[in-house]
Amino acid sequence: MENSEQERNFDAKLERNETIEPKDWMPDNYRKHLIRQISQHAHSEIVGMLPEGNWITRAPSLRRKMVLLAKVQDEGGHGLYLYSAAETLGITREELVSQLLTGKAKYSSIFNYPTLTWADIGAIGWLVDGAAIMNQVMLQRTSYGPYARAMVRICKEESFHQRQGYEIMMVLAKGSPEQKAMAQDAINRWWWPSLMMFGPTDEKSPNSANAIKWKIKRESNDQLRQKFVNQTVPQAEIIGLTVPDKDLVWNESKKGYDFGTPDWEEFYNVIAGNGPCNKDRLAARTKAHAEGAWVREAAQAFADKRKELEVI
Amino acid sequence: MTKDSQGFLWEVFIQSKPGQPHRHCGSVHAHDKEMALQNARDVYTRRNEGTNIWVVRSEYIVSSSPEDIGPFFEPANDKIYRHPTFYSVPEGVTHM
Repeated sequence: MENSEQERNFDAKLERNETIEPKDWMPDNYRKHLIRQISQHAHSEIVGMLPEGNWITRAPSLRRKMVLLAKVQDEGGHGLYLYSAAETLGITREELVSQLLTGKAKYSSIFNYPTLTWADIGAIGWLVDGAAIMNQVMLQRTSYGPYARAMVRICKEESFHQRQGYEIMMVLAKGSPEQKAMAQDAINRWWWPSLMMFGPTDEKSPNSANAIKWKIKRESNDQLRQKFVNQTVPQAEIIGLTVPDKDLVWNESKKGYDFGTPDWEEFYNVIAGNGPCNKDRLAARTKAHAEGAWVREAAQAFADKRKELEVI
Repeated sequence: MTKDSQGFLWEVFIQSKPGQPHRHCGSVHAHDKEMALQNARDVYTRRNEGTNIWVVRSEYIVSSSPEDIGPFFEPANDKIYRHPTFYSVPEGVTHM
């Protein structure tokens, strides 16, 4: 009886578009759903540092290197904002890290693709960050307060990421035939995985119904994917690159593009752990965590020592 | 605390400009207060968002509970005489 009153209060809050805050009563499944989604989002930011980190030492100029460093540092920061939001739901940082390293928690499968050329850094900023922004702009109005506030902060910082990526592509597209070919090759490889970032189609998305009901998500996977295609295709045209989709055609009646179907078999295969870089990514995180152990121990020993001295 | 600990959880409050109040913006992990301040700076002020930072161990924050919102704030409910609109002043009186 008491439970149902709490539930009614919770539903009424959602109805009034008020945010749910850490100490508010919430259904267990709402809490579980958020922990899964926010931690997966956080892990994606952290693992997302790896494909780009791969090019920091080989960036073609000092300006590009500075910018890429700042961007990768931002991704680390975004991971931390999100871990911080997830922790307000009652899970510890230690548990979150261990779920990533043991493979219990997922991260966005886009980061299991390799960055083969410098143009891939452009494609990631433009397409991958572009797709992420589409999702994150919506999440600024998500029903869980700490998650929504983290998103506002992240969205402010992300737009530089997308612009710097687009600029890399633009410069390559205006360069020598080889450079232009490199840019086109990058969009060819990153286009479909970027569309897959929005998740399975609405009818195949297991978590979507609850997410919409609880106002965690306010637009469906397919709606967001359509918006992304509509806004990105003209951006490609302006710099003279082609989106690798033979079924792409403007549909005047819906004021949007019709487009082809991503290879969902590939999507599920990469999620299942069989992408080109799944093993490398987890190995890199595990190595970083293990090699940082002595720093955490030393920091704790130092803090304990200082505390002793303060008492005396 | 286990060997592999991520340190304590600290809440971070940032003053965006001189004269403004400090506002809560999130949390960081750190083993001691200096590290907490430095981590808060690196995580939350990469674009000059702050002129001052407070950090406080999360476990020391005391908060009212949302279930008690009614009774807890009740004492203020029936005291409309604390607001200027409770009082009538004659027509033509200004600067009040």
